[in-house]
Order: sequence, then C-alpha cells, then structure tokens
Amino acid sequence: MTRINLTVDGMKVSDDVEPRMLLVQYLREKLGKTGTVVGCDTSNCGACTVHLDGESVKSCNVLAVQADGHDVTTIEGLAKDGRLHPVQEAFRECHGLQCGFCTPGMIMQSIDLLNHNPQPSEQEIRVGLEGNLCRCTGYHNIVRAVQYASGQLVAAAGEAGGVAEEVTPA
Amino acid sequence: MTAVEAQPMDTKEIGRDRRRKEDARLITGRTRWTDNLQLNGMLHLAMVRSPFAHARITTIDTRAAEEATGVVAVLTGEDLADTQGACINAWAITTDQVTPAHPPMPVDRVAFAGETVAVVVARSAAEARDAAELVEIDYDELPAALDLKEAAAASAENGGALAHPDLGTNKSAFWRFDSAEAGTGGDVDEAIAQAREDGVVLEREYRQQRLIPAFMEPRSVVVDPTGEQITVWSATQIPHILRFALAATTGVPESKIRVIAPDVGGGFGGKLQQTPEEMIAFAVARRLGKPVKYTETRSESLLSAHHGRDQWQKLTLAATKDGHVTGLKVELLADLGAYVALVGGGVPVLGAFMFNAIYKFPAYQFNCQTVLTNKTWTDAYRGAGRPEATYAVERLMDELAAELGKDPLEVREMNWIKHEEFPFTTVAGLEYDSGNYEAATARAKELFGYDDLRAEQKRRRDSGDPVQLGIGVSTFTEMCGLAPSRVLGQLNYGAGGWEAASVRMLPTGKVEVITGASAHGQGHETAFSQIVADRLGVPFEDVEILHGDTQVVPRGMDTYGSRSLVVGGEALVRAADKVIEKAKPIAAHLLEASIDDLEFKNGRFGVRGTDQGLAIGEIATASFAAHNLPDGVEPGIDADATYDPVNFNFPHGTHLCAMEVDTETGETRMRKYTCVDDIGVIINPLIVSGQVHGGLVQGIAQALWEEAVYDDSGTLVSGTFTDYLLPTAADTISFDIDHTSSPSTTNSLGTKGVGEAGTIASTPAVVNAVVDAVRHLGVDDIQMPCTPERVWKAINTAGSGGETVDAAVPHLSTEEGQA
Repeated sequence: MTRINLTVDGMKVSDDVEPRMLLVQYLREKLGKTGTVVGCDTSNCGACTVHLDGESVKSCNVLAVQADGHDVTTIEGLAKDGRLHPVQEAFRECHGLQCGFCTPGMIMQSIDLLNHNPQPSEQEIRVGLEGNLCRCTGYHNIVRAVQYASGQLVAAAGEAGGVAEEVTPA
Repeated sequence: MTAVEAQPMDTKEIGRDRRRKEDARLITGRTRWTDNLQLNGMLHLAMVRSPFAHARITTIDTRAAEEATGVVAVLTGEDLADTQGACINAWAITTDQVTPAHPPMPVDRVAFAGETVAVVVARSAAEARDAAELVEIDYDELPAALDLKEAAAASAENGGALAHPDLGTNKSAFWRFDSAEAGTGGDVDEAIAQAREDGVVLEREYRQQRLIPAFMEPRSVVVDPTGEQITVWSATQIPHILRFALAATTGVPESKIRVIAPDVGGGFGGKLQQTPEEMIAFAVARRLGKPVKYTETRSESLLSAHHGRDQWQKLTLAATKDGHVTGLKVELLADLGAYVALVGGGVPVLGAFMFNAIYKFPAYQFNCQTVLTNKTWTDAYRGAGRPEATYAVERLMDELAAELGKDPLEVREMNWIKHEEFPFTTVAGLEYDSGNYEAATARAKELFGYDDLRAEQKRRRDSGDPVQLGIGVSTFTEMCGLAPSRVLGQLNYGAGGWEAASVRMLPTGKVEVITGASAHGQGHETAFSQIVADRLGVPFEDVEILHGDTQVVPRGMDTYGSRSLVVGGEALVRAADKVIEKAKPIAAHLLEASIDDLEFKNGRFGVRGTDQGLAIGEIATASFAAHNLPDGVEPGIDADATYDPVNFNFPHGTHLCAMEVDTETGETRMRKYTCVDDIGVIINPLIVSGQVHGGLVQGIAQALWEEAVYDDSGTLVSGTFTDYLLPTAADTISFDIDHTSSPSTTNSLGTKGVGEAGTIASTPAVVNAVVDAVRHLGVDDIQMPCTPERVWKAINTAGSGGETVDAAVPHLSTEEGQA
C-alpha cells in the first residue's frame, strides 16, 4: 500500500492504495466518483477521461499513485454553484448524448480540446475527439455541441433536420 | 373510447424539439449505472472462461483459487447445475428446430471460446480476478465447427465437426416462405425460368459479416437476495423478460423477483438477452445469501456477449429486359453460434418479409437454414434481420440498374409501390399502411445534389482521375413496432408484442406515467412526457416517466425492434384517454353540468357556452379527497392500458451516399450522405435526428470497418477495441437529413419507428457507392467491410468481382434444408 495525497474536484483526499490501482478505480471505488466510468480495457474508448492538473487524461491509463500531489477534476466537479459548465450545457442543448455513458469522457475531452483551440474547425474537433468512442450519436451532434460551446453555432429550435445552425463557415 | 379519441388534442408539445429530461443527470455524472451500485457486504464475481472453442472439461482444480486472499467461494457448473436455471430460446422458428440445451455454466463441455466454466466470488473485484487466474482447468479439445458453410454441410456421417456432437447435425431449423404456396404471389422458379428465356437473371452471393453490438456500457449485474424478494439490477433492455426467464427456469416464484434496469448505457439489441452471467450471479447470490456484483471487462463483452448478423445470402433476381422485377429467390445460411439465443433463429426470419422491400415483386421465395457453430452465439443487433434483407435487395437493385445501363433510381421507381397504391399488400403478405417513396426520393435527390454529383462522377471517369466518385442508393423500408401478438403466435414466438402503460394522477396535480418500454438512451422520458402533456393538457415539466423496474412497472414487453413509440406510445395515449374518461363524470358532478355539455380541451373540462370549467389536476385533487364524488364513482382517476398493435409499422426513406475511392490504394472516403426518412408524425425532431445519425454510423460501420474475426482454432481475434474497429469522430462526417411525412394509419399519433432506420438503410447505400465508384473497372461486388485492402484487391482482380462470387454455394434444395 502506498499513501497518496491529492485534490479531487476541489476536495483534498488522502488514502492508502495498492500500487497497481488505476486512477479510475480509485475515483470510483474509493471516492465514489461514479460519474467517471470504465468502457474498455485497452484505453481506446475514453469514457474515463478526467483532467489531471487541467489536462485531459484517460484515468484507466494513469495509476492512482501517479496522481499523488496532483489535482484531478472529474465530470462531477465541473458545474459550479449549480451552474453547468458551458460544454455540459452545449451537450444538452445540441443533443450530444443519448445513453450518456461516453458523455463524461466526451465532455472532459471537449473541454481540453477547446482549452487548446478555442475556435476549432469541424475537422479539428473530429480529430481532437478521436480517442473517445460513442456508439449512439454518430458524433454528428457531439461535433455540433463543441461548435456551439465555442460560439460557432447558435441553436435553431424547431428544425426537423438538425439542431443548430452555423454562425460562421466551418 | 371512440368519443375520447375524437376529443380535440392540443399539440403544442408534439413536434417540438424539447431538450431531454434525461440529460441533467447524464452530463453531470449523477448516474445510476449498474456497476455504480454498492451494497453492504457485497461480493464480487470473476468468470473463468474457456480458451477453447470446443472442448471437454476433464478436471477443474479450484483449490489454489479458494485459498487466495479474499476469496469466498469458487463454483463450477457442477456446483450450480441444479440451481442455475437455463438460458432460453423464446422463438423456435420451426416445430422441429434443433435446440441445444444452454446451461449458463456448462458442466462437462464448452461450445465456444469465452464460455464461462467457473466463477470466483471474492470480497473485491480485483481479488476475484486475481484468483480466477489460479483456477486450473484441464480440457480435451474437440473438433470445432467454425466456418458457416462447412458447418452447414457437416454431419455425423461425413465426419464434419459438430458444434454439439450429441445432436448429430449443425442444422438447427429450415424456414421457408413461398409466395405461391402462401397465395400472395406467383411461383418464383417459373419467374426465373421465364427470365432465363427472355429477360435478365442476376445471381449473387453476399456476405453479412459477423458484427458485435458494442454498446458503450459493459454489461453488469447486481443481485441482492437479502430481502423478502431477490432484487436484480442489470444493464439490460428487457427487465420484464429477464424476470420471467429467471422465474421460469430457476423455480423461484416470479413474485419473489424484482428486476431493475437502472441507467443503461446503450443496447442496440446486444442487451436483448437473458445472459449466462445474469443467471450465474442470481444462482451465486442465492447460494451464498449475500449480494453479488459482476461487471464484465470490455474484452469479455466482445468475446461472450452475443454477436449479430453473420449470414451468407444467395440471391436470384429475375427481371424483364426493361427492368421490371418478376421474382426474387433468397437462400440464407445464418450462423447461430454455439446456442440458439433468446430470439436466435428468429432474427433472419424477421428479415423474411422484407427482401421484397418497397417493391411490387410478383413472385418471392425465402429460404433460411440456421446453423450451429462453435462461435459466440448470435442474436439481435440493431435492425435484426431487416438490415440483411435491405442490404441484399438494395445491392441487387443497383446491380440490375448496372446490368441494364439504367440509373439506379429509375429502376427502383419502375418497381416500387406508388403512393396512391397504399394500403398495399406485399408479396410477403404484409399490408403496408402508408408511404410515399416518390416524395422522399425527390427531396433526397434535391438535398444531395444528385445530378451535379453524377456529372462530377462522369468528369472523373472521363479524365481517368485516380480518385473515382461513386453514388450509392438505398430506398429502404422496414417492419418495426414489434409486434401484433397474433402474428407472433403464428410465427411460434414465445410471447406477445403488446405494451402496457399507466397514468397516475397525483393529488398535487403532477402526473406519473408508467411505461413497459425500457429506455437505454432513446429519450423516452422526454418524448413520452411530450405525448402525455399534449394528451392531458398538463405542463411537460409536470409529467414524470417511470420505467425499467418490474416493481414499479408491473407489466411490460421492454424495448427493441423500434417498438417503444409506436406500441408503447399508443398504450400511453390510451391510458391518458381513459383518465380523461374517468375524470369526466366527476367534472360534470362538480360543475353541476351534464356530461354531454362538457368538452375537454387544453387540460380543462369546460362547460360549453360558459366560462365555467375545471382543470384535470383539480379533478385529480377532488378525486383524491373523495369528499364529493357522484354516487357509484370510485375515488381515483388513474388508468391503465395495454395496447396490442394491429399491424407492424413501416417507416421508409431514401438514402444517398457519395464515396470517393482511391483506385491506387483502395482507400475510401465518404464525401456526402443524405437521407430523407418518412417516419410519419415526429414527436421530437431533436431526438429523431440523434436516432438517425447514430443509426447511420452503425450501418456505415458495417459497410466499411467492423467485423468480428475468428482464427482457425476458433479464437476471436477482434476481441478488444484495438481490433474491433468502432468508428471515431475522425472517421465520420456530418450528415444531411430531412423528413417527409406520410402518417401511419395504425396508431393514433401517426408515428413510425426510427430507432433502427438509419442502420437498416445505410449499409447498402455505402457499399453501392463504393462499387459504383469502381464498377467501370470491372468490379461488381466487394465483401464487407470494404477495407482498403479488399477494395484494392477487387480492383486488381477486376472481372472476377472480388472474393464473394468464387465462394458461392449451390442453392439449398428443399430436401437438403429439411434434412
């Protein structure tokens, strides 16, 4: 067992963990942060994506001991004072989720993408989300959600074909 | 009820793109996935799975595992043989179907690689998994039936490998539909013979590769036996069917079992199953008297959760020289895998009525032989039978057009049912209630820029551009809204196809709605709220949809086959109408008016000619207090309804796909995808768009990327997400979608199912486009998935048409099939 001290969603925590314990297991099993989920065992799906010191990581690919002394943000730590993070709001607005299982990772990765590139093109969004799998949406509305969050779309209600219209050409 | 149905309904919610009620918890991580559950004293399971496709279990040594830290028990098939129940097949497609027994954990023989042989129970999941490595099992390998065609030909006499040697055959069932025998059309053999004389005969063989549903949430089950009832939480699409199967096969009274499907992360048919893992967890929990949890790894999911598709399709199409189809003969081999799953051989039968699609074929015959092999069992995957049928016929219509030098849309229009001909009884005996193929096609052509893309295709062809452009067409229909119970009975299915709903009017004016449909991502809570809000004239926000718990929802048939809206939605409407009917005499009494003078509009009973009235919520409150009810009227205006559909439901659409193919490398790139689906009246356009987009990508993925591959010893080599290629955002494009609407005439809302439409339609559109891009090089087929390697090979063996034609098997004769 190894002692680790870290901050998760603004809370200081300290635990003894097995050296082999993955960060995602620590979050789910020790802290009850079940908003972060496990979708695969080969680090392909990205469902477990969290931020480590503000940068996205797949938490199945990080040992809990590697997070010692660092700051972790999960999907549960995004909303502040009852207000959704703009990317959370965008996913809801643009119907960027269906079953919602990939959503925590997809939102965390999208935030990271926008942190690095606030006005991404459609292709940059698609490449930026390549490490996150979704089986429900066909990615169409996830891409719209990221465009919306970046201010490149306005919602257009009542349209049968889609949800949002582009403000600027992609 | 007729009077109620005639009530004017305000439709301010229906048609509105409401943001989803479900999302608030899903985007904040406030979720209830089964694996999130923790119960006091809960134990964790790990499965020990067979590495062999077919082997006799000789010894199982559990001692080392039992001694490992934290291990509570190690149990084998023998230990649980009397209590584990059985995995059932609900649909024996013929009375003489050969159906191997399917114990959740086999006792002496494994029939596919990945089958569970022992279960380790420990304090933590990690300890269970560690100890699973210590279980020593000796196997004697047996010959494995792996290749579908070889398995179909194998017998005890010819020494071919048998998936279950004691059965003496791999053939499970032979199912035929013949339009001449059924009286719904002519004799297909005569049509083919005639076309050989003076028309066109196309003979093709297509492969429906094996696919894996690959829902994002791995399956998980928690069983808590500590109360009076045994509570089962499972990541399932079918809590009600699971509860029935648990009770029916273990002897535990159904009333002692509660099944809950909490948040479920996708299914696509893959969670339409009574799984061995659920049965094992149930048996272990009962044996140990402690709550247990089992959550599969992704690799276990890909290996042992049921797969989909996997057919060889031999097709013979007869037509006149001007392009009128005169007959279609279909001969299928369908791979069941190691067991006949819950729906099992019924999956190809669900396609039997759809090979004639939107067309007026005068003669049709469908033959299907289901075959057992030593591979993962197969069952429903999004579309279930209908994508296979649609693929075959839509590929053939493009082939016919090419053969005749006509535009593929022209050949389709020559053969399709005209909009003024509905309702139309097809050669397969189904009555299509409504549709307008002309309108959807015209809109799709316009949106796609069909003529411009054809012109570009010609330019590239003329200039010898190494990157060629192909245009693929798919004008699909499907039968969904499963299903009229009487029809299911005629097909020998084990259950009905109705759906149940209840509407509870709470004294505070809020409305609780209970539906037997069991959502796992579809957005029922939102769409169903819209329906009920309009029907009862109450605010959208005041409606709460409850589902997925057999204790809350006593009756239900669950969610699959694009049935939730068209069957479950109709049940909601009828329950809501009954509420209004029950409230009416109370309203009349309180308003001191005659019932005949009341009209119900916008949620309010008004007295005609006056401004007097009471809202339905006020009636609910009055009925709850029950201080002043008419004589003989019982308190409460809640109502239940169970709806059994009168017919299947037939959405349709025109899908157009443009693919660029690099003729030098075989690489393909999707240029444009346009679809116009007619799904009747749309409840929520936003949710519909999501269903279409997601469906499209699953169908496109079959065309281009996905395939479950086994090696020669029966090991699944596409057993991780590194090897089984789910598309990513970078592989896909944005789609152009629109809708035309010919409302269904068989449900009161005029809706049609949309859950499977995109998947059913898109696969042939993509492959048609890829083939169209290189047809001038002598290619007339490329086996799915159309990887760069396969495309390159097809181009470079031009003329032979790639690998599928060489692999053609002879037609199945009746004798063979029934043997």
